[in-house]
Amino acid sequence: MSIEVRIPTILRSYTGGEKSVQGSGATLAELIADLDSRHPGLAGRLTDESGLRRFVNVYLNDEDVRFLGGLEAKVNDGDTVTVLPAVAGGAIGAA
Amino acid sequence: MLRISAELRDKIIAHARADHPDEACGVIAGPAGSGRPERFIPMLNAERSPTFYRFDSMEQLRVWREMDERDEEPVVIYHSHTATEAYPSRTDISYAMEPGAHYVLVSTRDPGAAEFRSFRIVDGEVTEEDVAITPGTGARPE
Repeated sequence: MSIEVRIPTILRSYTGGEKSVQGSGATLAELIADLDSRHPGLAGRLTDESGLRRFVNVYLNDEDVRFLGGLEAKVNDGDTVTVLPAVAGGAIGAA
Repeated sequence: MLRISAELRDKIIAHARADHPDEACGVIAGPAGSGRPERFIPMLNAERSPTFYRFDSMEQLRVWREMDERDEEPVVIYHSHTATEAYPSRTDISYAMEPGAHYVLVSTRDPGAAEFRSFRIVDGEVTEEDVAITPGTGARPE
C-alpha cells in the first residue's frame, strides 16, 4: 500500500530532508504511526493527547481531514496526504 | 535584510488599514531561494479578530500548492497588529513555522502613520532586520 505524504519545510529534519515520503495504513492514525516508525518523532509533531495538533493542517487529497473524521479518516492506496503548519499569530498574549 | 519594493510595502500597509480593526495577514511569494518578494497574496484572516490571525486552511493549501507549482516560496509572511507595536508577540513567535520567511509586522494603532518592520523568527528567536526599499514594482512581468 502506498500513500504519498508531503512534508513541510519545518518537519523535513525528521525525514532526512525529504519533502515527500511514502507510508501505509487504513486510517490517518495508522499512517502516522507507520511514518513515525521510520521517522521517529514525526508523530509527536502532528498529534498530541487530544488528537491532531490544533495548529497543524493535514489534508487528504483536496480536503482538510478535520472534516473527514480527523485521525480516523480512511486513507487508501494512491491518496496524497499534505501537512502544512497553520500560519497564525497575533497580538494576543503580547509580551 | 528584507529588500522590498515601495509598491509591495504600500500594498501590505493598505491591506492592514482596510482590515483594521481586525488583523490583516498575507504572503508575498518569490522565486524559491531568491529572497525576492514579488507576488502579493493577501489572505483571509479566518479568525477575523483584532488580536489573532490564522490563514484559512483551504486557502492556505491552494496558495502553497500554487507556489510549489511556480517554484516559489513564501518570502514574506505579513500580518498587522491593530493596537500594539509592530513587533512579534509571544504568540507570533510560537507559531512561526517558516524559518526561511521574512516576518513583516505592520501596526495600524496610529491612523496617521503605519509602522512597518521585518523580522526573522528561527527556533523561537526573533531578530529584527533592516528593510531596504528597492526601485520599481518588484514584480516580474508575467
